[in-house]
Amino acid sequence: MTHSTSVARPARAAARRSSAGHLQAWLPRLVLAPSVAVSLFFVYGFMLWTFILSLTNSRMLPSYDLVGFAQYARLMTNDRWWVASTNLVVFGALFVGICLVVGALLAILLDQRIRQEGALRTLYLYPMALSFIVTGVVWKWLLNPGLGIQAMVRSWGFEGFTFDWLVNPDMAVYTLVIAAVWQASGFVMALFLAGLRGIDDSIIKAAQLDGASLPRIYWRVVLPCLRPVVFSAVMILSHIAIKSFDLVVALTGGGPGYASDLPATFMYAHAFTRAQIGLGSASAMLMLGGVLAILIPYLYSELRSRQHG
Amino acid sequence: MSALEIRNVCKDFGNEQVLKDVSLAIDSGEFLILVGPSGCGKSTLMNAIAGLEPVTSGEILIAGEAVTWKTPAERDIAMVFQSYALYPSMTVRGNISFGLEMRKVPRAEREAAVERVADLLQISHLLERKPAQLSGGQRQRVAMGRALAREPKVYLFDEPLSNLDAKLRVDMRTEIKKLHQRLGTTIVYVTHDQIEAMTLADCIAVMRDGRILQLGTPDEVYNDPVDIFVAGFMGSPSMNFIAATLEGGEGGYRLRIVTPDEEDLVLPWPVSRETPDLARRVGQQVVLGLRPEHFSEEDLRLTDQAEGTLLEARVTVAEPTGADILLRLPLGAGEVTARVGPKCRVAAGERLALRVDMGRAVLFDSETERRLA
Repeated sequence: MTHSTSVARPARAAARRSSAGHLQAWLPRLVLAPSVAVSLFFVYGFMLWTFILSLTNSRMLPSYDLVGFAQYARLMTNDRWWVASTNLVVFGALFVGICLVVGALLAILLDQRIRQEGALRTLYLYPMALSFIVTGVVWKWLLNPGLGIQAMVRSWGFEGFTFDWLVNPDMAVYTLVIAAVWQASGFVMALFLAGLRGIDDSIIKAAQLDGASLPRIYWRVVLPCLRPVVFSAVMILSHIAIKSFDLVVALTGGGPGYASDLPATFMYAHAFTRAQIGLGSASAMLMLGGVLAILIPYLYSELRSRQHG
Repeated sequence: MSALEIRNVCKDFGNEQVLKDVSLAIDSGEFLILVGPSGCGKSTLMNAIAGLEPVTSGEILIAGEAVTWKTPAERDIAMVFQSYALYPSMTVRGNISFGLEMRKVPRAEREAAVERVADLLQISHLLERKPAQLSGGQRQRVAMGRALAREPKVYLFDEPLSNLDAKLRVDMRTEIKKLHQRLGTTIVYVTHDQIEAMTLADCIAVMRDGRILQLGTPDEVYNDPVDIFVAGFMGSPSMNFIAATLEGGEGGYRLRIVTPDEEDLVLPWPVSRETPDLARRVGQQVVLGLRPEHFSEEDLRLTDQAEGTLLEARVTVAEPTGADILLRLPLGAGEVTARVGPKCRVAAGERLALRVDMGRAVLFDSETERRLA
């Protein structure tokens, strides 16, 4: 190639290149734009709308008479809201705690290089594939005193056996814990198992040589390495807990009475069946606040550690 | 009494025999190196000594006590791993004192041990850091510190230097040697690097396919190899192997090396190194082993006085390394490597007269590959 012919070209070539470059730079944005617009409107737009509604006196239909934070004040004096909130604390704490313990134990036991590990792993993970509605219905039958476990044990001859948590207002919330733990602990196990498999084998050997017993090796050496896994598990489980709606609907229906209500069922009942859209919106905003209170510190610490890393 | 004794240890993984009847013994304070190519069973043997891998049969004794069926913790050993295996969630201090804590050593003693080890390895300034904040060399030191904190009967090192870069590896090698000289500890050290083996060991066990081929001092293994494999594995550049025919007759044995297109090369075998075995091999094929340093360039002015056998060849490649020059030259059917002094001015394509020191040459059976003389 000679120099004289190529001198005139660069300008045009550069122009062509830059228009192609523009297209290349803009293409991802163009492709993503519809979904961004849709989620802006349907997620953040509706969030904003809910917030506005929570400041109005809307009942059956939305109205836009602003009443300030009156709906929040009403919520604070609402007995049913307090039952729902207390239930959430009990349910959330037990659900997350038991899932972590059961999941970690299952993962550690599965990690001992046992036979048929693949089959067992799948077995434990399957409940996660079910919808909470299915879980709720199954456990409703199992826990039904006239049909399920109580009836079965009594039919074996233990006539005095009672297991009626489902219809006992003081215990109904614990049936939610049982069903939710059954469903989610396999998933936590999978998370932990992945974490355990990522740990260098020789660390465990070193701890053995150092004279630590197996429980101690796990407690002192292995589990501290799994802190990020625990963190993610807590995040995922607690937002499942706060969102829990379908399980309650299918298992207890919030009952007996409203003894096993959770904020989500409270919100649904008020906004859509009891013509209290304003009050329902206020409770929805408080739930959002709850989720954010967990999520923001998590995101903050995650992003910060990534910058450091 | 031996610090460590292994008696007829076998280990099978399914149908595969990884260790085949391994026996060895070392005295207290000795530095034993297990060396061999990957897959030779050296790491399995080390894991068996540590108790991390149960043996199929045989016995292991530490300080005279049978430990074959004891747990790793009961054997009173410490190990340095290839991957360092530091506990990621603990500080350096925690890593070093963990073993003592598990053995219920009082806190004050633990602190003292950490200080002693940190001083010894010059890691006092790192004690509060986590392993993730350390460089490779520092992690290596901490891993050694963890082993040194307790005073076990035997230390095991599993390829401890293979994750370090070349310069650091040489430094740490010297450091380990110094440490051993200072503390007089019994060490079993696994490596695939024959230079590490030569420089560190009191005693080398060369392994292949689950067997110990030769157990001896570095000098024995290097100068007196039992077979072609050991001879070729130890030393870099490795020993030259030349096919030859053994000839007898008056005035001792001779080796005839058939060279294509040229006259056969005949090298006399030194009378002082004749063995009874040789008589039965006359007329048979043998393999002559010559290390690169057994060649030396011939100063023609001194021809009359110098000892050894003269040969002449055309240099194909000359590789100066600085300290000396490696020459490739045709000899017999193949090529050999010769190591000559840095002052030897020779270029590729030139002919050169070389002297061969047959007094240090070795002879192998060409079929069994065992040593003949």
